[in-house]
Amino acid sequence: MSDPTSNRRVSAEDEATVERLLAGDEATFTDLVERYHGRLLRLALLFVSDRASAEEVVQDTWLAVITGLPAFEGRSGLKTWIFSILSNRAKTRGRREKRSVPFSALTSADQGNDPAVDPSRFTSGGGWSAPPEKWDEDTPERLLLRQETRAAVDAAILALPAAQRAVITLRDVEGVDSAEVCNILEISDTNQRVLLHRARAKVRTALEQHVGSSR
Amino acid sequence: MLTCQQLTELVTEYLENRLSFTDRLRFRMHVGMCRHCRAYIDQMRQTVRTLGRLPAEEIPPEVRDALLVQFRNWKRQ
Repeated sequence: MSDPTSNRRVSAEDEATVERLLAGDEATFTDLVERYHGRLLRLALLFVSDRASAEEVVQDTWLAVITGLPAFEGRSGLKTWIFSILSNRAKTRGRREKRSVPFSALTSADQGNDPAVDPSRFTSGGGWSAPPEKWDEDTPERLLLRQETRAAVDAAILALPAAQRAVITLRDVEGVDSAEVCNILEISDTNQRVLLHRARAKVRTALEQHVGSSR
Repeated sequence: MLTCQQLTELVTEYLENRLSFTDRLRFRMHVGMCRHCRAYIDQMRQTVRTLGRLPAEEIPPEVRDALLVQFRNWKRQ
């Protein structure tokens, strides 16, 4: 952590983007907004109760990004910086709406002892009796072409307990690293992994049902 | 010896590189011998990849234009 090179994690690309934004380049701003708006909305919805609140949080975030640009130090990447502005605002808003219990106060539904795979698929000795099929290499790409599967994945995520949904959305959907996820959600690394495990297992199960029907 | 069922509960720890040296070894030995568990781990990796490619919704043009106006105003200050 005390490595002096580690506090400049910003890429040359981020640096150039910030410089162009500070120079008032509108095309760069439009690009940024188009790239991140939907993703910010998705993240805001982890913390607030409804879509209208989420949209307001995202709008506020963009204003904070614009006015905060001169102070952007590049200690983290641009994406991490924007995400942290968003999550701070969304959390404050969620608390005000009394919607969210802190993610650190995990419910039993979140921690759940539900197994990763339905126990009926194993023999009494713990070997597979209904083993998983081998998926083709291009399965994700092929599946995501189908609106029906995209909707099924979205629905599987939406059906997760709040903390599981938050972890899998941040980690796997948005590609935020585990340390940053723990930071944003104020949970321990161990809890983060338990939540990720449960969440991924459920999404895999949902996908499995669609792989068969897409052949 | 690790069972297939036990392995499915360790997959995340494995993919996150959090297994102890010995557990990792046991995990790998099982995987080396069991094509069903290889298929399971591969499905897990593909699930993660699928999640990483879920498209976000697009910004409505009027929202984008409103933000651009705010960007312009900020620039003028």
